[in-house]
Amino acid sequence: MNYIIKIHFVILLSRQGKVRLTKWYSPYSQKERTKVIRELSGLILTRGPKLCNFVEWKGYKVVYRRYASLYFCMCIDADDNELEILEIIHHFVEILDRYFGSVCELDLIFNFHKAYYILDEILIAGEFQEPSKKTVARLIAAQDSLVETAQEQASSISNMIGQATK
Amino acid sequence: MAGGSSSSSSSFSTAPAPSLVDSLFQRSLDDLIKALRSQPAGAEPSLLSRAVAEIRREIRSPDPDTKAVALQKLTYLSSLHGLDASWAAFHALELLPSPSPLHKRLAYVAASLSFHPSTTDVLPLSTHQLRKDLSPSSPPPFSSLALHLLSLSASPDLALHLAPDLLPLLSPRSSPSSPLRPKAAAAALRTLSVCPDVAPLLFKPLVDCLSSPDLRVVSAAVGAFAELASSGDPTPYLPLAPEFYRVLAESGSNWILIKLLKIFTRLAPLEPRLAARLVDPLCDLLRRSSAQSLVFECVRTVFSGLPDHDRAVRLAVDKVREFLASADDPNLRYLGLRALSMLGPRHSWAVEESREAVIRSLADPDPNIRREALHLIMVMVFDSNVVEISVLLVNYAMKSDPIFANELLDAVLTTCRRNVYELIVDFDWYVSLLGEMARNPHCTRGEEIERQIVDIGLRVRDARPELVRVARGLLIDPALLGNPFLCRILSAAAWVSGEYVEFSRNPLELVEALLQPRTSLLPPLVRAVYIQAVFKVLAFCFSTYIDQLEISQLSSSIVESNTAAAASCIADGIAGMESTDGIATGDKPASLFSSIENKDPFTCESLTKLLILIETAVGPLSENDEVEVHGRARNLLGLIHMLREILTWKTEEQGFIKDNRIGEIVNLLQSMFSEELGPVSVNAQNRVPVPEGLVLEENLADLAWTLTEDDTAPSMSISFSLRSHQHGKTKDAAASSVRSASLLAEHRKRHGLYYLPTEKDETESNDYPRANDPLLPASQGDVPEDLVKLTKQSLIPRKVKHTKPRPVVIKLDEGDGVSTFPSTTVKESKDDLLSGAIHDALLGEGKPSSSQKRYSDKSSRGRVKDIADTGESVSQSKENLESGNREHRSSGSKSKHRGHGKERHRSPQKNEEKEEKNHRNSARSSHHHERHKHRPRGEALLNVAPRAPVIQHFLL
Repeated sequence: MNYIIKIHFVILLSRQGKVRLTKWYSPYSQKERTKVIRELSGLILTRGPKLCNFVEWKGYKVVYRRYASLYFCMCIDADDNELEILEIIHHFVEILDRYFGSVCELDLIFNFHKAYYILDEILIAGEFQEPSKKTVARLIAAQDSLVETAQEQASSISNMIGQATK
Repeated sequence: MAGGSSSSSSSFSTAPAPSLVDSLFQRSLDDLIKALRSQPAGAEPSLLSRAVAEIRREIRSPDPDTKAVALQKLTYLSSLHGLDASWAAFHALELLPSPSPLHKRLAYVAASLSFHPSTTDVLPLSTHQLRKDLSPSSPPPFSSLALHLLSLSASPDLALHLAPDLLPLLSPRSSPSSPLRPKAAAAALRTLSVCPDVAPLLFKPLVDCLSSPDLRVVSAAVGAFAELASSGDPTPYLPLAPEFYRVLAESGSNWILIKLLKIFTRLAPLEPRLAARLVDPLCDLLRRSSAQSLVFECVRTVFSGLPDHDRAVRLAVDKVREFLASADDPNLRYLGLRALSMLGPRHSWAVEESREAVIRSLADPDPNIRREALHLIMVMVFDSNVVEISVLLVNYAMKSDPIFANELLDAVLTTCRRNVYELIVDFDWYVSLLGEMARNPHCTRGEEIERQIVDIGLRVRDARPELVRVARGLLIDPALLGNPFLCRILSAAAWVSGEYVEFSRNPLELVEALLQPRTSLLPPLVRAVYIQAVFKVLAFCFSTYIDQLEISQLSSSIVESNTAAAASCIADGIAGMESTDGIATGDKPASLFSSIENKDPFTCESLTKLLILIETAVGPLSENDEVEVHGRARNLLGLIHMLREILTWKTEEQGFIKDNRIGEIVNLLQSMFSEELGPVSVNAQNRVPVPEGLVLEENLADLAWTLTEDDTAPSMSISFSLRSHQHGKTKDAAASSVRSASLLAEHRKRHGLYYLPTEKDETESNDYPRANDPLLPASQGDVPEDLVKLTKQSLIPRKVKHTKPRPVVIKLDEGDGVSTFPSTTVKESKDDLLSGAIHDALLGEGKPSSSQKRYSDKSSRGRVKDIADTGESVSQSKENLESGNREHRSSGSKSKHRGHGKERHRSPQKNEEKEEKNHRNSARSSHHHERHKHRPRGEALLNVAPRAPVIQHFLL
């Protein structure tokens, strides 16, 4: 099925080829996903530092950018604007940075879901959504507080036992 | 503490005990991550499988917390370690209705990961929950999650059911600056793309979003339109052009501008007046903007949307030159090259201007940039510069790294081969270029070069002498034999030298090259080709020798001089013949036979040497394991034995002439190889019509009686008794096979239709002269006439220039152009479906979509006005409806349909005929692209009008 979509997927890879985040906007089966990641890490991680940030892959364009030890990769159609995607990546990194306070790979490893939520505020259905960093920060903070209060109510151990022995 | 209390409580409660233990000792995601990080290398798979087993147990727990954590872990493992999560789709679904925001969020993330629009069977079960979360009464974060899930996993059914629920979120009334509205716009785009049927419902609200005061909403809507317009037929969005233009003028955001430019890139070619209006703002942006992404988008818009506006193109080309010159930014260099390749041949001056930069990019450290430069250069190849460029690239391939060298060779090979070598005028040059490519140490394109060498041999008669020369160069070089990538080329070279041996300057040397010791390095199939080539050369040598003798006999009988004089006479004659063939006789290679070269090509002595050489070299091969090699070696040896038996001519040439058996054998062999091979169309077999009354299924055994004695002869002649050394028998066989060959030829002539068609309509481009077509005399003398004849016959589309020295290239159209459409066809039809639906939504909303009348004049006017109302450019649209439409020259496919509706009122009598025509057109065009080449005729042009008004007004 053909999907009208701008960004097909987002992948964060570490220098060693470990996957740190994946988000698929076009439907791929799990098998395809694994294959895509394998192919792309072979394609991208081997590229030297002073080369351009675009690789062609199966008729698509993958735009990537390295920040410290992490490669941020986004896949778009071949006739899309690569520089725009680079800016979206940068935007995403800045928001992560603001949220975690100078973000590093470990932050993403242990706050895997948070990174997801932030990405969800920026991209929806593969479309770039939120140009304002402030707004994203505000939205994420609001969600966090909502969840935290709910969590506090729910997660006390007595509560759990109470539920279980009901 | 906790552990103690839990064990006591679990002893009290009985049934759910295991799950409670699970809950309390459940590993959190953090635990799992830590465990994964601390495990030694190699232990990961076992750890993962244990974790999954754990998750599978925990996820069944009735406790939502336990379930949520299990889902969370699974999400993590699935998205980072590639484990399958689709089995958990139902569990994610179970947790969706949870009132807890935490659980809900986890459930949605898990669902978006594990749901697949076409394979998840529980997907319909989520409809209700999604609807609930999308409703305005639920908290915005919940709606946001639901929008995400909808946009990622929407199946056509789900999209259809939930589209109405998007409406409140899309409407401006929901709340002044709701963060949901842009998200809803994006979700609406996805919904539209999977289910075009919802277009009537969602399109209008999406259009309204364009005039929202909230930039995010505008951005989302513009983004949606950009995707819609660039993925299918952009024609339906043309009426929105004024809206887009207004946003372009008002918006200062680069994000929005880029998306808008994407839309205009598609719309501008449809509407010249729109293009004209865009020039100013685009030039302005190009000059002022500091954001490279925006500048690049402008450049692309200009190059692909407004290639006729010189001012804009000039400015954009200048920008591209800046890009190309930016030494420190490889991205800009890359994009500069890409942009130039968008321009197309019409603006080759732009490439010419940056020629130096482009050529220099071939040596860029980045392989992607090199590739792009190569691509650009190949786009710019014409028949005027193909020589220059190809030589440049092939020489450069010598110096560059192996991978890129082969890409260069590939590019040259594919470009030159295009459309049966349409770019090549000088085939001698191209053939020697092929030879040079083969000598590139990195060359791995043997197969393609092989194909082309043989192909040119078959198609281009005039190139054969040069081919043979190049082939000789390849064959005598012992260094090439060791390279496994080249053996295919050598095989082609051997075949060419054998097949066209008459052009060889020194056949004896050729035999020596074909039999050199290092040929043992070749794969068996190639060796077989070599041996067969030797066979052909041998046959040629003998036949030439006998011709010589016959001439000498004649001359000696006339002049009655001594044999020496006759021999020199023959030598002169041969030399003269060769020079008319255009074969240069020059350098003498160091060879066994070099002493005899040119003096007298074939003497008794040289032929004896030849036989000895062949026997020594081929003899051992008759024991070869490989059947192909073995079989051919035996053939060759058989021939030699046969020749030896008759070799009474060793000493006295006169006596030999009297013994004419050898002449017969040689003639027979010559006749075997003299029939010229030609290229065969891949569709040749299909083209053979089945004659009336022919029953293909019938058993042929009944037809045995039709075989006369003569007809069975050919099969005998194939075996043609090489092994039997009895003279009489050989003679018989030879005689009968000559006879049968002529019978076969006659048979062919009689039943010409079983072979390639000889006479067909001249307009048919597959008209290919049969291999043994009498129209093609074997002599080389009257080539120009051949050229004229052949081009008239078979190369129909081409205008023949008689002055052009390009040799005849035999071309079979059907087989040569291989198209690869299927995948795109699917895409197009789908897109057309969507743009059709949107077109309906835009112009015929409210009418049943199947009805023809929805395109009626009235409704479309109403619709157009409706939409135009949102902008400022409205009031006079009605006045303009009628005026100015006539000149509107849109070539869109949709216009035709609308033409229908109107036509019905005007000329009902013509309607039917016309409709039929349109139907046929649309049926045909549905297989092709969205922009159709055919234009409606005069009347239809007038009827294109209904879309025009808005544009018309806006542009005045």
